[in-house]
Amino acid sequence: MIQASLKKQLHGEQGEFQLALSLHVAQGEFVALFGPSGVGKTTLLRCLAGLEQPEQGSIKVRGDTWFDSSNRINLAPQQRQVGYMFQDYALFPNMTVYGNLAFALRKGADKKRVYDLLDMMDLGELQHRKPNTLSGGQKQRVALARALASEPSLLLLDEPFSALDAQIRVRMHDELLRLQKHFGLTAIIVSHDVGEVYKLASRVMLMQSGAIVQQGIPIEVFSAGQTTGKFRFTGEILAIEPMDILCSLTVLVGNQIVRVVAMPDEVAKLNVGDAVMLVSKAFNPMIIKL
Amino acid sequence: MIIDWQPLLLTFKLASVTTAILLCIGLPFAWWLANSKMRFKPVIETLVSMPLVLPPSVLGFYLLLAFSPAYWFGQWLDRVAGLRLAFSFEGLVVASTIFSFPFLVHPIQAAFQNLPRSLTDAALVLGKSQWQIFTRVLLPNIKPALLSGTVLAFAHTLGEFGVVLMIGGNLPNQTRVASIAIYDEVESLNYAAANVYAGVLFLVSFLILLAVYWLNRRAAK
Repeated sequence: MIQASLKKQLHGEQGEFQLALSLHVAQGEFVALFGPSGVGKTTLLRCLAGLEQPEQGSIKVRGDTWFDSSNRINLAPQQRQVGYMFQDYALFPNMTVYGNLAFALRKGADKKRVYDLLDMMDLGELQHRKPNTLSGGQKQRVALARALASEPSLLLLDEPFSALDAQIRVRMHDELLRLQKHFGLTAIIVSHDVGEVYKLASRVMLMQSGAIVQQGIPIEVFSAGQTTGKFRFTGEILAIEPMDILCSLTVLVGNQIVRVVAMPDEVAKLNVGDAVMLVSKAFNPMIIKL
Repeated sequence: MIIDWQPLLLTFKLASVTTAILLCIGLPFAWWLANSKMRFKPVIETLVSMPLVLPPSVLGFYLLLAFSPAYWFGQWLDRVAGLRLAFSFEGLVVASTIFSFPFLVHPIQAAFQNLPRSLTDAALVLGKSQWQIFTRVLLPNIKPALLSGTVLAFAHTLGEFGVVLMIGGNLPNQTRVASIAIYDEVESLNYAAANVYAGVLFLVSFLILLAVYWLNRRAAK
């Protein structure tokens, strides 16, 4: 569905670098862009949406040319019909929840779509509220509903859930997956969160200073093909405490806090807040029916 | 005592016409300034702000020269449009528009700049034209600044003295606005009439500003 290759000079925190990559995304695929901040993930999304212009390259979507530097084609964002979820939600403060969705409708579209989306996202009771009276999770749902109201063929999500707490985030993930399947959308998400990428994406692209350095299904990419363990979990380190010879790591896996031991040389590279993968090899778990 | 209400009427007429023109010019201009990345933008911003610091008589002096049929701009205006701006109401309107320009443009430009860029981006992605974005997303979200800018420009025009004196003079029904009339009445020791004009201007200015602060406080809630 999407075939893009582009080049653009970027000014990052560590000086200038070039965004240079090519990208193929199939119809209905859910792709994650993963990598540290300032490597060009958001710029890539903005180039796809037409909000920024690459210096060179081409973007083709479903056979239509959206951008082609050699033929000087550059479709305006208005003509690209993408759904875009912004990091700061970008809800229109002067409009109600209903107004935000209705504003997003394409010309001549049926108002019923607004009510369907309000229903689907459980926003019916909030429809007359203004955005600044909503909680973070509610704003997020409105932003997603608004992006879908414009009947996009492509959904671009720029770290949409980074400001939410874990519980709401998990619910939003389920919601998003359900809607993506329902509308058969092709989606690209920018994320820092290993768990999120695992859950949502069928393919992840690792980005580093403007280039895609590795891609594949998340489990392979994140474990880098080195481990063969039967149990793999990703989590976030909450605490590192040295014990006699070993160290104790407290890791948040999903909603569970797990305590594991590690060798001091393993711990040397780790910091509190790091995303880690816990792998257990050759291990025979007890299975208890619930 | 017989009070001539003409100067007061003329003042309000001048302020209304000026504010209406300012809105038409200043609003797009403020939007352009807020978005422009032009190299000469600081020069333009400086020119817009000049009336804030210049003595009104300086501005009035240059405008008088410009409007005078003795020089090319005045001649050109006279020939093309049949307009003689010096010592006429139209001339006052032009001068007031220039003089009150920063009072309207500054708050509105600042408000446009403070709106998150993502609002425009979101509307673009949703397929909206620049005009739709301007009228339905940007303008409604800068209402308080729009109100203060408009009112400040209006109130400032009410209180203008130096520029009016320089290029308008003191022609009854033409250029004799309230602030000039006050000066004139005091000169001729007619304190009662001066008192009426001054009192009305004071009261109206107070009420207008009060309304702005009050409305903006309500909008902030």
